[in-house]
Amino acid sequence: MVTHTSTNADGAVAPDRATAAAPRMKDPVISVSGLTKQYGEVPAVRGIDFDVARGETFGFLGPNGAGKTTTIKILCTLANATSGTARVAGHDATTERDSVRRNIGLVFQDTTLDTYLTAEQNLRFHAELYGVPKAAVAPRMRQVMDMVGLWDRKNSLVSTFSGGMQRRLEIARGLLHAPRVLFLDEPTVGLDPQTRSSIWTYINDLKRREDITIFLTTHYMDEAENCDRIAIIDHGKIVAIDTPEALKASVGKDRVQIQTADDPAAIAALAETFGIEAGMHEGAVTFSVASGEQFVPRLFAGFSVPIRSVSVSRPSLDDVFMSYTGSTIRDAEGSGTDAMRQMAQRFRAGRR
Amino acid sequence: MATQTTDVTAAPDPEVLVEEIRVAVPEGGLRHDMRAAGIVWRRELIRFRTDRLRAITALIQPVLFLFVLGTGLSSLAGHSLPSGVSFKTFIYPGVLAMSVLFTAIFSAASIVWDREFGFLREILVAPVSRASIVVGKCLGGATIATFQGIIFLALAGFAGVPYNPVLMITLIGELLLLSFTLTAFGVMMAARIKQFQAFMALTQMLVLPLFFLSGALYPLTGLPAWLSVLTRIDPLTYVVGPMRHAVFSHLDIPPVFLEHLSPGLTWLGWPVPIALSLGIVAAMGLGMMAIAIAEFSKTE
Repeated sequence: MVTHTSTNADGAVAPDRATAAAPRMKDPVISVSGLTKQYGEVPAVRGIDFDVARGETFGFLGPNGAGKTTTIKILCTLANATSGTARVAGHDATTERDSVRRNIGLVFQDTTLDTYLTAEQNLRFHAELYGVPKAAVAPRMRQVMDMVGLWDRKNSLVSTFSGGMQRRLEIARGLLHAPRVLFLDEPTVGLDPQTRSSIWTYINDLKRREDITIFLTTHYMDEAENCDRIAIIDHGKIVAIDTPEALKASVGKDRVQIQTADDPAAIAALAETFGIEAGMHEGAVTFSVASGEQFVPRLFAGFSVPIRSVSVSRPSLDDVFMSYTGSTIRDAEGSGTDAMRQMAQRFRAGRR
Repeated sequence: MATQTTDVTAAPDPEVLVEEIRVAVPEGGLRHDMRAAGIVWRRELIRFRTDRLRAITALIQPVLFLFVLGTGLSSLAGHSLPSGVSFKTFIYPGVLAMSVLFTAIFSAASIVWDREFGFLREILVAPVSRASIVVGKCLGGATIATFQGIIFLALAGFAGVPYNPVLMITLIGELLLLSFTLTAFGVMMAARIKQFQAFMALTQMLVLPLFFLSGALYPLTGLPAWLSVLTRIDPLTYVVGPMRHAVFSHLDIPPVFLEHLSPGLTWLGWPVPIALSLGIVAAMGLGMMAIAIAEFSKTE
């Protein structure tokens, strides 16, 4: 009787799995299968599958509200999945929380340091909380602080640190307990370009020194180039997953952006004359064509709207993102959240 | 010997250390939980030590109550007091209890603050039991609030309270218990209330009624029934009573006055023993701490 019922259940599940089953990796560090998450009536994640290999730098991209943050929260044991499984470092993220937590390091997009404590006190707090063996605490603290170049500032209050220094300290802290997976959620958001590139120097250095897998989200497509593989999530589903090169190759088309005297008229004219669907992105009329440099002369020859400038670019990750989600990542994010974040940071810096 | 010398002289080279330091975070267990509780506790102390302004501002309100209100009302209340006992002495135990009230609840308020500024997340993703974190927090708040109380205790002489060692130790013990329960109350609230402003508004709303109903400013005998009932509901009552008892048993005053000024707490005429009174406070503290642990153990 019992066997009979279970066969029925298997039968019902099997076709579902078959459609979702991509070739699965052997021995992945992160393994997600059929993961869903509902917030009340609202589905945030609608059944995603992916694996991350040991030592890989894995980029997880998507517009706001696409399910990116929810997925990370589940992987980091901060939220329960509605269905499906997520295994991190060999443990189930829902049922073996503490085992997962011991094996992951986290750097969130908003700082989680205690700015009233010194850098060293913050790290010591972390070491005690994670139960780092007493004998290893001091040398390991020195090691991670050296790695991010903050050892000489160990006795300074964190409130005196710049945004970049705070971020470096958070990375050091995330590594303190020697995690197998480091989650970097927007590690460079709100930082100036120099600081961003210096953070990446530290991250690349870290990959060389430690046996670690990095799971990363970012809004900066140039940073996503640092990833071994990228997954793009949109509307709660993974729409693309591959190496940056393969993803760019899959787009195939060049991106053309033109500045015109009358943008709506230009879009209409493009559709009418060339049968091209164009849209407004980053303040310019944007469209994709197979061979950009050959198209531009034709455009100039037969276009009614005056054109002020033209740019043709090879497919970048921006184009990949656009072709899979229908918007550039900057359009998708909007400037509102950035402004809020900066305000929060100013408030934080001003408070002492 | 030789090894020791090399150890000292060897300059720690980060490149070499990479190979040597193998950090393996152990499986949980009581020891790990105790370390976690310990560091949460220590953080409270560090924050208290570096924030001297807080210690001073928290002192202002009780000082006002004791010296301004106490002195001002003493001419009015003087007739019912024996010679040598001032109104300040009478309200001192209650004001002492008040001196820990703010610090204890403020310490719990830092959870709400930590949540808004992200640090709570660092704590909540750690591989330790929620219980160890809440226990560490409650004990930390209790410790610093008691320190705050001890600062105020130093002013006892100005209120005519003798610096008797037994009395001091008794009062410190009672302050510790009260501080623990108040922090547990604050932590329980902080588990639910996510906005700092809301938390502060709520505590502002609660603090003065707690103080006024505790019998800090008047004896709890001969009150109208409604007020009598309210005073018996106030948890602070169950600490102020024993504290006043401790103070007055170390004063040299006639028993008639003692009976009048520190009559001891009664339930419908039944005198509540001091041990039970303090036991109630401890039980409430533990109960609220348990609720806080359950609240923090939830995952979305």
